[in-house]
Amino acid sequence: MSKQIKLKKGFDIRLVGKAEKKIGNFPPVKTFAIKPTDFIGMQRPKVLVKEGDSVKAGTPILFDKKMEKVQYVAPVSGEIVEIKRGEKRKLLEIKILADTEIDFESFEKFTEADIQAASREKIVDHLAVTGVWPQLIQRPYGIVANPEEEPKAIFISGFDTHPLAPDYDFLLKGQSNYFQLGINVLQKLTKGKVNLGLSADHKSEELSNIKGTEINHFSGPHPSGNVGVHIHHISPINKGEVVWTINPYGVVQIGKLFANGIYDASKLIAITGSETKSPLYAQTYTGSCVDSFVAGNTKTEKVRVISGNVLTGEKINRDGYVGFYQHQITIIPEGDYYEFLGWMKPTAEKLSYHKALGLLSFLFPKKEYALDSNARGEERAFVQTGVFESVTPMDIYPVYLLKAIMAEDFDEMEELGIYEVVEEDLALCEFVDVSKHPVQEIVRKGIELIQYS
Amino acid sequence: MEFLRNLLDKQKPLFQKGGKLENLYYLYEAGETFLFSPKHTTGPRGAQVKDAIDLKRMMITVVIAMIPCLLFGIYNTGHMHFLAVGEEASFGDKFILGLTLVLPIVIVSYAAGGLVEATFAVIRKHPINEGFLVTGMLIPLVVPATTPLWQVALATVFAVVIAKEVFGGTGMNILNVAMTARAFLYFAYPAQISGDQVWTYLGDKAPIDGFSGATALAVAYQSGQEGVNAVSNLGSHNSAVMEGMFSFSNMFLGFIPGSIGETSTLMVLLGAAILLFTGVASWKIMISAFGGAYIMAAVMQLLAVNEFMAMPAHYHLVMGGIAFGIVFMATDPVSAAQTESGKWVYGLLIGVLTIIIRVTNPAYPEGIMLAVLFMNVFAPLIDHYVVKANKKRRLQRATV
Repeated sequence: MSKQIKLKKGFDIRLVGKAEKKIGNFPPVKTFAIKPTDFIGMQRPKVLVKEGDSVKAGTPILFDKKMEKVQYVAPVSGEIVEIKRGEKRKLLEIKILADTEIDFESFEKFTEADIQAASREKIVDHLAVTGVWPQLIQRPYGIVANPEEEPKAIFISGFDTHPLAPDYDFLLKGQSNYFQLGINVLQKLTKGKVNLGLSADHKSEELSNIKGTEINHFSGPHPSGNVGVHIHHISPINKGEVVWTINPYGVVQIGKLFANGIYDASKLIAITGSETKSPLYAQTYTGSCVDSFVAGNTKTEKVRVISGNVLTGEKINRDGYVGFYQHQITIIPEGDYYEFLGWMKPTAEKLSYHKALGLLSFLFPKKEYALDSNARGEERAFVQTGVFESVTPMDIYPVYLLKAIMAEDFDEMEELGIYEVVEEDLALCEFVDVSKHPVQEIVRKGIELIQYS
Repeated sequence: MEFLRNLLDKQKPLFQKGGKLENLYYLYEAGETFLFSPKHTTGPRGAQVKDAIDLKRMMITVVIAMIPCLLFGIYNTGHMHFLAVGEEASFGDKFILGLTLVLPIVIVSYAAGGLVEATFAVIRKHPINEGFLVTGMLIPLVVPATTPLWQVALATVFAVVIAKEVFGGTGMNILNVAMTARAFLYFAYPAQISGDQVWTYLGDKAPIDGFSGATALAVAYQSGQEGVNAVSNLGSHNSAVMEGMFSFSNMFLGFIPGSIGETSTLMVLLGAAILLFTGVASWKIMISAFGGAYIMAAVMQLLAVNEFMAMPAHYHLVMGGIAFGIVFMATDPVSAAQTESGKWVYGLLIGVLTIIIRVTNPAYPEGIMLAVLFMNVFAPLIDHYVVKANKKRRLQRATV
């Protein structure tokens, strides 16, 4: 049964610089990189290539010694130009200088009937060696799924409510056939349902007619598009259960793999943010270097480039690389300035969820803001109550959960719902927090405590 | 502002690691962050932009909400004095007299508390907590204008150390700090904070004949003892000084004797409006506490065995410090219940307890102080059961 779920709790962070639904003419991207740090839970990354090797799109370049079956492959063909390591030889980036014409590894092709006839085992093996497997994320923990396990269900969120998030209809334009094929493949992976969550506020052109999934509609402010929120309302994760999630992009990629026999890492990236001269979409591949999109495209020089959105993203260099799971970069002003009496000055220029003295943004609910990276105050103990709950549309007490994590109380963490959340689900708490706690960092710490205990 | 910034930047190395005054870093930091919001930026991972609010702004909102009570309290202190001694005085005279009495209390409270905060910040090496902005203003508002300054200082020091710092500072305390200060005064120096003589400042002048310094609650309590109708007894009380001083409307307006900030229900409601509009205090606590008090007072009225119990329920809401206590102290987010459903229970019980203490306990004419402190202690228990219900829901759907 498909459900309509109305969520009231949450908050939309409206920012200046939403990408126009057009593909921009950016200079061609020269290098691409796979960053093992994108794959949370990867414990012992092992590189399969050396500097100077040439690879095709789909050639394995990396795997995790803890999960050897899963191959991480090159998104483009070209030459491995650098294997960058950090402190203690921690693997940071594997950079590929791309060919102008992409050369693909060729994999087995499947018809719809082939997919139906194939065993689960065969499908799993095929997904694992062709580079699409890391698209499957396991909950709890939010880590790359383990091919040895079978999830109770698979969840896909067909829309993104993060600040300045790309429009999935635009990202997936004309690819619903591949999406459908991908869904057929996913059905083989679980005895449970494949759930697709769509927005009740904006009808999805590409995904509304997909078959073989249970479609549920969600309305309300962010985080109504988070797959974790969907899971919580459809079939919450209990201790001992595993569900998988996958982004629609990953579903399409699986569809292309089975239909065309290639690892196709081409994707659209939304170039967003108040400092972007022309906020547009860029046609590129996974792991794209951002210099082509950033150089000459910023209004000022003192900017922060974020791989992803402002809530859950990661700061990268101006010549850094878009994260494996991201479909967006955001360019905002760097906020390293002092402000005279900034804590009590009335302001309508800074966005606030609160209405405390002088915070006037509530008067302009439709206004779009240009926020910078200033931390807006110092970290304090928890004082204000009830705020985290009001932006978390889940039956969870975030402050109690966070305190349990801080106290490293394992039983409390389990009882309070650590299995149901990953960082992004509580990211809004980090934004609205009066006491400026690093909420997402704490959540990850809690997950790791539980995961490795 | 450039000048100030340069000055601060020039002094900064002195206080930073390796500087001569390294130990006093957090004092410098408090001053610096008061003048300038820091230039820290968000970390490389996680939320890259932050909400414009911080704890300083939240706390100053509460201070602003108390200003109507403070200003009215200053005026009323002078007003009561001239009424009692039977002199005509202009608005300005009354205000200035009030100011000379109230301002020193405010200053002493901030100074004593600030000193403790600073000492702990330096010794414990933690930033100075903004919470004291509120506590420092609350304490003067809940004591009579005649309180000796040394008592104000002592109570403030006691409360900040015992009620807050020993638990780890703002955010960690179990009891409301200002209420603790008041309770300390009440039990340590009852002569200066209870009875009929302390609420009105007389100076070296003699009161006019027929003057009574009793508070409305004391008069109502007395009615119960003597078996006279409480409302008419209140209405005729102190008629030598002012006709209808303890009429419902005058008590609502607040031209009555009492602690500095608590007398005017109207001003408290003005503060409440600010707190509720800005969302800083919980409307659930306020509504349930006022509701609980009203319901309990109505129940008392139904079961009345004496005239005090028979007093109309709405009178209870404008007498004594109940309105002030509910709006400014019960809603302190740190010492109140922290779960949304817990707040209903917490507020309700504060209201109920206040009336029970008022009406049935002969030793304490006012109940809000003990009710708030009592419920502060029980708030974690209420939360415990609310959170436990959440855990239970989670456990019930689990299979292993």
